[in-house]
Amino acid sequence: MDEKIPPGRETSLQQATVQEELPRESPAPDQEPSRTVPRLNTSPLHGLWALTKRDLKKWYTNPYQLLISLIQPAVWLGLFGKAVNFGSFISAGGGSPAQQNAILLGIFGTTSYFSFLACGMLAFIILFTSAFSGMSVVFDRRFGFLNKALSTPVGRGTVVTAKVLQSVARSLIQSAIVLGIAVALGMDTSQITVLGVLGSFVLLFLMAMGLSSLFVMLALRSSNWQTQMAIINLLNLPLLFASNALFPTKLMPAWLRDVVKVNPVSYANDGVRQLLLGAIGANSLFVDFAYLIGFASLFSIVGIVLSWRLLSK
Amino acid sequence: MSRQENVLFPELSRPIIIVDKLSKTFNDGKIKAVDNVGFEVKEGEIFGFLGPNGAGKTTTINMLTTLLKPSSGNAEVCGYDIRKHSNEVRRAVGVVPQEYTADEEMTGYDNIILCADLYGLPRSDSKKHADELLGLVELHDAARRKVSTYSGGMRRRLELACGLINYPKLLFLDEPTLGLDVQTRAAVWKYIRMLKEQYRMTLFLTTHYMEEADTLCDRIAIIDHGHIVKTGTPEELKASVGGDVITVTVKEREPDLSPEIAQIGLVKDVKKNDGAYRIKAELGEETTPQIMDLIRSKGLHVTKISLAKPTLDEAYLEFTGRELREEETDRMQMFSQRLTMRRARS
Repeated sequence: MDEKIPPGRETSLQQATVQEELPRESPAPDQEPSRTVPRLNTSPLHGLWALTKRDLKKWYTNPYQLLISLIQPAVWLGLFGKAVNFGSFISAGGGSPAQQNAILLGIFGTTSYFSFLACGMLAFIILFTSAFSGMSVVFDRRFGFLNKALSTPVGRGTVVTAKVLQSVARSLIQSAIVLGIAVALGMDTSQITVLGVLGSFVLLFLMAMGLSSLFVMLALRSSNWQTQMAIINLLNLPLLFASNALFPTKLMPAWLRDVVKVNPVSYANDGVRQLLLGAIGANSLFVDFAYLIGFASLFSIVGIVLSWRLLSK
Repeated sequence: MSRQENVLFPELSRPIIIVDKLSKTFNDGKIKAVDNVGFEVKEGEIFGFLGPNGAGKTTTINMLTTLLKPSSGNAEVCGYDIRKHSNEVRRAVGVVPQEYTADEEMTGYDNIILCADLYGLPRSDSKKHADELLGLVELHDAARRKVSTYSGGMRRRLELACGLINYPKLLFLDEPTLGLDVQTRAAVWKYIRMLKEQYRMTLFLTTHYMEEADTLCDRIAIIDHGHIVKTGTPEELKASVGGDVITVTVKEREPDLSPEIAQIGLVKDVKKNDGAYRIKAELGEETTPQIMDLIRSKGLHVTKISLAKPTLDEAYLEFTGRELREEETDRMQMFSQRLTMRRARS
């Protein structure tokens, strides 16, 4: 500070009067809290891990939450996937099995609609988990935890990144469970390879990263959970329906196809189907990966930059 | 640095907080929450910010702990510029906010460990330190329970322990006893005094409870409408409203000694009616014997004598005015304050 306030301007008198009760500089007190401060770990990863772990621990120690979040895709897979089997329209239309398979391949890129839908469900669960990542920011703000975190040396970017990471971790674990359910319900596993599964989860990771960043970003300034719910509902279903998660792009009207083309969910589905089912994709795997890498990097960076601006008033 | 050295060589030890023309406006300058505030806090003292709700106490704390950016002006905390070195400030100070910030779904112990992690304490140290602090605030037995089962007093003590986790030299306490019962309030006061006396900590606290400021603080700043209206020790503030009142009753027929009493150095005002002197004076304890001596030296008799000290309440009302406050607060602030009160009483 440039301008010094003259010390002791109005205080010399009371200093003299309270002198007696004042402690001397030495000897060193024997109480523990006055010990010398230990060497601090100033790496941002230290705080990042602590914050991520906090949210994850609250999640896995509350099995009801996990169970409820798995019921929805299980219902979609078990009921929607089995009942509304678009593939059966084609088999019901007659023709030889070879002709039917050719039509199915042409529309879905694979011969089993259920397997097609199962891959879509992996992205579906990630979309819905990511959408709610912003909610925990709102609640942390409301219940004061956010302010506490911000009054510690942990960076604002770290606080936001931790929220994104916990959502990504939850998304991936849940989609792995959904994959297990899908296989149990009869998903085509003839083409599955270890590399394919790993590649799929890299794609899903990228999508989760981008979507979680987006929803956390939208919650940075909000202290009202109703508004946040409205935002989630506003974005969730369009992102799901205007994608190839449930229905093939080929049968959509042209204007919708253009929307689907920018929706990152479509790229994740496209890649995952190629990797898990050996399906014929709309894009090459390279394009799918490149698009999602771009999406994830862009939104994570924007999220961190916004957190610097929006989390300090 | 001991206070004595401060007096003799004020330039040797810099105050731990130096605030210079600090202001904060909200809504594009329409609301001036803190307006051109300047004060200093010396190392080792308990400094109290006293003021009605909405006076700007929390806004000032939030700026000093780098949660809010000042609109203008600056401050130095623990030797660091709050604008340029906010990370160093955060590392050096402890903060106990007004709200309860602990995570309800976690145990008290896990909450403290989380705080330790956020400050970057190595795990080898944080476990030991967390145990010490839980012992300090007498929460050892409840440490492994979820915070949602805690009473208001236990939550407040946990917040205090969290605020101490980074070995701060300076601790900020925002309304540390808001909504607490008398016993818990006494316990919190005990901890605050212990931190000052045994751990040589400097404490900056805000309160709107008069007796809290009076019993705890070495110095008080009264803040109202974003301005500091008065700074001083509790005694000085009380004295500034007119000093002590000494009432001396004498036998009725005795001559009036008012002019002689008024000659005594510390006496400010003397009135006599119905055989009783009503004397306003500074330092009543010292003035009273002098008055006694004076009356006796004239061969007269005192039948009754009483000394009344002015309360801080009077000083406070003198400086902040008596009109009731219809302050405007935003929804979020109201919610958080109500939540704090509710949890404090749970």
